[in-house]
Amino acid sequence: MHTRTLAQLSADLRARRVSATELTKHFLDRIARHDATLNAFITVTSEQALAAAAAADKRLGRGDATPLTGLPIAHKDIFCTAGVKTSCASKMLDNFVAPYDATIVERLQNAGVVMLGKTNMDEFAMGSSNETSFYGPVKNPWDHALVPGGSSGGSAAAVAARIAPAATGTDTGGSIRQPAALTGITGIKPTYGRVSRYGMIAFASSLDQAGVLTQTAEDAALLLEAMAGFDERDSTSLDDAVPNYSKLVNEPWERVTIGVPESFFDAGLEADNAKALRVALKELEKLGATLKPIELPHIHLSVPAYYVVAPAEASSNLSRFDGVRFGYRSAAKADDLLSFYMRNRGEGFGPEVKRRILTGAYVLSAGYFDAYYLQAQKVRKLVSDDFTRAFREVDFVAGPTTPAPAFGLGQKTGDPIQMYLNDIYTIGANLAGLPAMSLPCGVVRGLPVGLQLVAPPLHEAQLLKTGHYFQRVTDWHQRVPANYA
Amino acid sequence: MTWETVIGLEIHAQLATASKIFSGASTKYGAAPNTQASLVDLGYPGVLPVLNGDAVRMAVKFGLATHCKIAQRSIFARKNYFYPDLPKGYQISQYELPIVHGGHVDVQLPDGSTRHVNIVRAHLEEDAGKSLHEDFAGMSGIDLNRAGTGLLEIVSAPDMRSAQEAGAYMRKIHALVRYLEICDGNLQEGSFRCDANVSVRRVGDTKLGTRTELKNLNSFRFVEKAIEIERDRQIELIEGGGKVTQETRLFDPDREETRPMRSKEEANDYRYFPDPDLLPIAVDDALIERVRATLPELPDAKRERFTNAYSLSAYDADVLTVDKRLADYFEAVVKATKAAPKIAAHWVMGELTGALNRTNVDIDASRVSAATLAALLDKIEAGTISGKIAKEVFEAVWNGEGSVDAVIEKRGLVQISDTGAIDKLVAEVIAANAAQVEQFRAGKQQVLGFLVGQVMKMSKGKANPQQVNEALRKQLGA
Repeated sequence: MHTRTLAQLSADLRARRVSATELTKHFLDRIARHDATLNAFITVTSEQALAAAAAADKRLGRGDATPLTGLPIAHKDIFCTAGVKTSCASKMLDNFVAPYDATIVERLQNAGVVMLGKTNMDEFAMGSSNETSFYGPVKNPWDHALVPGGSSGGSAAAVAARIAPAATGTDTGGSIRQPAALTGITGIKPTYGRVSRYGMIAFASSLDQAGVLTQTAEDAALLLEAMAGFDERDSTSLDDAVPNYSKLVNEPWERVTIGVPESFFDAGLEADNAKALRVALKELEKLGATLKPIELPHIHLSVPAYYVVAPAEASSNLSRFDGVRFGYRSAAKADDLLSFYMRNRGEGFGPEVKRRILTGAYVLSAGYFDAYYLQAQKVRKLVSDDFTRAFREVDFVAGPTTPAPAFGLGQKTGDPIQMYLNDIYTIGANLAGLPAMSLPCGVVRGLPVGLQLVAPPLHEAQLLKTGHYFQRVTDWHQRVPANYA
Repeated sequence: MTWETVIGLEIHAQLATASKIFSGASTKYGAAPNTQASLVDLGYPGVLPVLNGDAVRMAVKFGLATHCKIAQRSIFARKNYFYPDLPKGYQISQYELPIVHGGHVDVQLPDGSTRHVNIVRAHLEEDAGKSLHEDFAGMSGIDLNRAGTGLLEIVSAPDMRSAQEAGAYMRKIHALVRYLEICDGNLQEGSFRCDANVSVRRVGDTKLGTRTELKNLNSFRFVEKAIEIERDRQIELIEGGGKVTQETRLFDPDREETRPMRSKEEANDYRYFPDPDLLPIAVDDALIERVRATLPELPDAKRERFTNAYSLSAYDADVLTVDKRLADYFEAVVKATKAAPKIAAHWVMGELTGALNRTNVDIDASRVSAATLAALLDKIEAGTISGKIAKEVFEAVWNGEGSVDAVIEKRGLVQISDTGAIDKLVAEVIAANAAQVEQFRAGKQQVLGFLVGQVMKMSKGKANPQQVNEALRKQLGA
């Protein structure tokens, strides 16, 4: 049952081949069996899940169910969930129970989705390996000595190990796509503003976007359809009708041109990874896509620009964690206001979060603002313009999701630059606000790697459809790690 | 050596929107602490600001009334600093691109001259909460009801040259925001606050001196007082060979001094950057025209009209138009009475304003309505009572003794206009004041006034003074 996709489970539920309660129990059992090893969940909400499943079963019986009613999924612990601990994997919020639901949580709940729990992640979504979590690292289901990627590492591991059929995630610089690639699943980051950010704890507001991690592109279409759309509580959400993604992915194939930046295949990309990617591109060609070499002249500047803009916004976004109204407050008695702040924040935040707050405060400070923040914004525009230019000639830009398959736990924690370079292929889409998807496209040293497709703004339907067609002719997405089959 | 004071003001006007600038919480003053703070105002994780359109319209309204340019596109920025009453750790404000800029007001001064004051900019921002340091032994209390209330910060150029000019400018802006109904102007409740930038230079110097910023100026009187004290301090400092330090100073009205704020209260790097949670504010011509259509007659235009239509002096017109409600009251009296507008103005500015101030009653709650005052003035006009008696009647009506007619009736205040009765009183006074009569006849005209006074006294103020005058002249053969 656990290897079935959301789309299949949806059909099973409606045909009453399985009840929502059975399904939920099945996945709760799998979590109980495997999560001590994986550490994919911070909180498992068994009781609420069973109650929601019972309600879903009633709804399925009444006949007013949606295609999502009764489907269990996991939420990244960055989304506020009313009455449930919402920690952002930080000691700072270890005691925080959100008083409200994030918009996407609310929308999925209204559709009848059952929440299994809250998944582990890098602290405040800052990291590419899930090693910065206050709750310890998540293990890659393919090899427990390896990282699952990050920051949505818990969501990715949970779906890859089939202890949850699907999960939500957030992507600021690759946090959905990179872990999806490293765990052999499908991950999509929609257009900036396509999905409401309300109730999603902010890391870098101009880059953050919620999305999903699923087994298939078809599943992603199903979930995204229910999550996306304008939200009056988020001024940056797009007021644009949400297409019927799950229907559109099955429409007839249309000829597409796929741009391939040759610079993506330079020395930075592991040779076998490049080989796998070429094979995947060939598959797309066989489907009828035209491949076209393109250039993104400024894409190599993405990482430095990102590590100015993202920390700048983070340094401000994280100021609210001061121990005054909620969250961690040091037990030590403070002598004055300054030491009160320093104790709360010094003890509540982990080292990577502190590093980014310091970087961000630095690049925004008087005398450095122009040289760093403004300069980075100019680079951001150049990167964005590169994509705009490319999309005059091609429908998608394709490339690797990561430079190599999953790396070892602890392997890069001592070298932030090496860690940051993991996001070299994914960051461009965040800087430009574009929808991007990672699809499992091969195996290198027995480990999954991903193909990334980037599309013009609001072209999620086309992206998902291409992914769906690719998955009709490939089976990488059906491979399950040996221990979890 | 003579000195010139140079002053610029930053006025914070709390916008009279029903809800806060970025949340749906109420802005009503005086609720129990922390009962009017939504999750957005509390800076909870994951919440986002949504701009209140009324705040934008109010800012545009102010811009139009002060000849400012309205930016088609302006942006919100974050001003970052830590303080317990600032929940997010940053204040959403406007920095590089304010919604309105480059306007002016002309301020009438008591000597009849006018001071042209440029308005550099006016921008939208959110207010912080309040820190309460009393009542919590050894601790501070935080009330976030005010957090997120919309403010319009109005920044003038350093165009004022005296404390009086600064006070007059502040009053002018105060009157304006109330006319526009964008701020209730309540100084006690902190709805209208002011900081002053003050520097001095030798007369003739073109370069500005080093300025200090004075905080905590929450009344017109304090603004003037604080500036005078700071001016004197700076002059004394420079004349003693010292130098003014650019700093923020707190005005202490009890000790009548300004002193530097503790350095902790003064952040030096706010790390401003555009707020990524909010889209740029877009104001198009259609919006500007819609707002323009809601503009009331402004104080300057009203003053002009009052001087022309009612033949009032510039001073009277100025006093009457400071408060729109006072102006409306005056016009209501003028419309309802046969008395001349000048007389109506005299009464509104005199008896009415006096009574309001004395009893601390708001004009909306005046115990003498415009219709009642008009009726009273008609009695004078008709000769039923004298002006002097009318004051007594006003007082009685104010104190709730009944209508104008009832008070005149009850107290027997009807003017004596019977020629026979007056002639009799006059004859008695002439008989009793032979010496004065002699002086008058010898050519000393002023004595007539004394004799009139004697007659009025005998009549207990009720005799018609005009008639008394005439009767006296007749009987004295003058």
